Amino acid sequence: MSAHMSPDTVLKVENLTVWFPLRRSIVDVIRRKPRRYVHAVDGIDFEIRRGETFCLVGESGCGKTTTGKAILRLVDIYAGHVYYKPAKETIAELEAMGVDVIDGEIVDIAAVPPKKMKPLRRELQMIYQDPFGSLNPRFKIKEILEEPLLVHGVGETPDEREEQVIKALESVKLIPPEDFMNRFPHQLSGGQRQRVAVARAMMLNPQLIVADEPVSMLDVSIRAEILELMMELKQSRNLTYVFITHDLAVARYICDRIAVMYLGKIVEIAKATELIENPLHPYTKALIAAIPEPDPSNKAKLREVPIKGEVPSAVLIPPGCRFHPRCLPYEAEKASLENLCPVHVPPLVEVEEDHYVACWLYDKVRQSAGL
Amino acid sequence: MPLLEVKNLKTYYYTLRGVVKAVDDVSFTLEKGEVLGLAGESGCGKSTVAWSLLGMPPSPGRIAGGHIYLHDDEAGETYDIANMAEEELRSKVRWRKISMVFQGAMNALTPVHRVGDQIAEPLILHAGMTKEEAMNRVVELLNMVGLDDTIAMRYPHELSGGQKQRVVIAMALALDPDIVIADEPTTALDVVVQAQILNLMKELQWKKKRSIILITHDLSIIAELADKVAIMYAGKIVEIGPSSEIFNNPQHPYTQLLLKAIPRLRGPIDKLAYIPGTPPDLMSPPPGCRFYPRCPYAMDVCMREEPEMVEVGKDHYVACWLHSKR
Repeated sequence: MSAHMSPDTVLKVENLTVWFPLRRSIVDVIRRKPRRYVHAVDGIDFEIRRGETFCLVGESGCGKTTTGKAILRLVDIYAGHVYYKPAKETIAELEAMGVDVIDGEIVDIAAVPPKKMKPLRRELQMIYQDPFGSLNPRFKIKEILEEPLLVHGVGETPDEREEQVIKALESVKLIPPEDFMNRFPHQLSGGQRQRVAVARAMMLNPQLIVADEPVSMLDVSIRAEILELMMELKQSRNLTYVFITHDLAVARYICDRIAVMYLGKIVEIAKATELIENPLHPYTKALIAAIPEPDPSNKAKLREVPIKGEVPSAVLIPPGCRFHPRCLPYEAEKASLENLCPVHVPPLVEVEEDHYVACWLYDKVRQSAGL
Repeated sequence: MPLLEVKNLKTYYYTLRGVVKAVDDVSFTLEKGEVLGLAGESGCGKSTVAWSLLGMPPSPGRIAGGHIYLHDDEAGETYDIANMAEEELRSKVRWRKISMVFQGAMNALTPVHRVGDQIAEPLILHAGMTKEEAMNRVVELLNMVGLDDTIAMRYPHELSGGQKQRVVIAMALALDPDIVIADEPTTALDVVVQAQILNLMKELQWKKKRSIILITHDLSIIAELADKVAIMYAGKIVEIGPSSEIFNNPQHPYTQLLLKAIPRLRGPIDKLAYIPGTPPDLMSPPPGCRFYPRCPYAMDVCMREEPEMVEVGKDHYVACWLHSKR
């Protein structure tokens, strides 16, 4: 456990844990029952390389959005580290504010006091799912895009800022920009709104963008357009994306690597094509089997999804591997796995090259834990 | 004689700012035991079609023209839902002949009544069962959708999303209707639960040859269930035909582009297609073909005249000038 990062790594998450406390009833307080928590993110590790699109995939409630927010420090981090390499100027600014900088280039976002996050916020931006909810309906498009500049004191004069707004609108292909600047969000279509949201995230020349389901609210016919735009901007601005989605098919088209989450844990990480063509974790297998495809021959047969039961509550997490109550391979070989799956939490281990999985079915995982 | 015949249906919303032609001259038929998939993007009028079929387009909408003929085998009668008195609709059609699985199961159940009582309500009110008979039927229905008896005593907040969707399906099947309309039945669900619900719908369909109208924006879901597919764009059906034809041999440019825009899990990673522009404002739709401003093959005639439906294959119809003989 250390802050050591290889040169091409831009973000390294170590044992990231986000728990949300539940309210205790007066009876619980009197009986001195311990406080209970929603284990939204329960100790995850991953690294993101500079310039890559890293996908977090999982069902609702698996903690993928919370992970994205934790990286930006938009939720309180309960434990763990989020090591990040900011730009040189930001480092200087942070040092001047008295923030600990490791090895002269790494900052632990989890340890930065909230009030000193501001220089980092320039570099870390977010694109939200719902372009109807994420844009202030009382602001004109121009004001929406100017806001980050004002907050961070970029651009001396109004004219200078307006020039930047125009450039930003052009970069997201809202052309001519003069047409859009004075409109309100409700006068735009869903796709145009999401472009504004993308433009806003780009205003401060960020390094890393967390995109939380940026196309799931949009119609299929325009999704590809927004995805293409995001990929273009990534290329031209040398960005790194954390792309959060529930849709493995979308992930396959734009992601370099995919991490699959289940109930607050990462169960598998691999290159996008590798993960989809050769899934190792039983949960990933079920997820892939469940995705419908536009092939009318599917009509004749039932879709076999190798999983049972439902997602348990994130308050009462099953012991050991949290997937074992729903796992079919475990059920089939209960006798040999009984001392493993329901007892010990499987670590995330590199089983094949650049393919990590947290499942006791694999020898390498057992060996690494000495079990 | 088809079970349901929709002819030149027009449903308009009479808003203060003008008339929105949400469904404009839509025709299709539905045979007994057939699954019709109605696909299109948000705002294309597909949900309005669903509500019109129940004779209750949401206010300020009204059925402005056309006919919805429903053939009732038992009574040997044919009703025209588009021109029927509310009282008669309630006693003869709704829930008994045509029922609906609503979009967003989360909101389709009332939070203050037990699930069992909610399913029993139409049984008591429409079928005149006693409370006891109704409760027996409720248990039967719950088992049919793969839930156990104890669910009847629970409140909706105690159920998961998938369980709630199953309850909503059970409600729709309560009076054994001929036609079930499913409006985005799996949209709010996770993929694993969605696959389970689709399997359930398939099984129910195989067991009892019910007619289903499946409405969704997701063509992959339509492919799982539908025999026949209708593609809607801006209030009109632009292409309708057997499922295999629509997916393997689409003829309308809109259908072709829509299919290319779907990200797929298997096969080569091609560049995803998209359709530039946005659908037209339905208050003042463009003259001629409504798709021409976004169509890569637009010709002069497209912006002047509206294309007629022409048959391009067996039971396969397209409304596009590329196929019309003039």
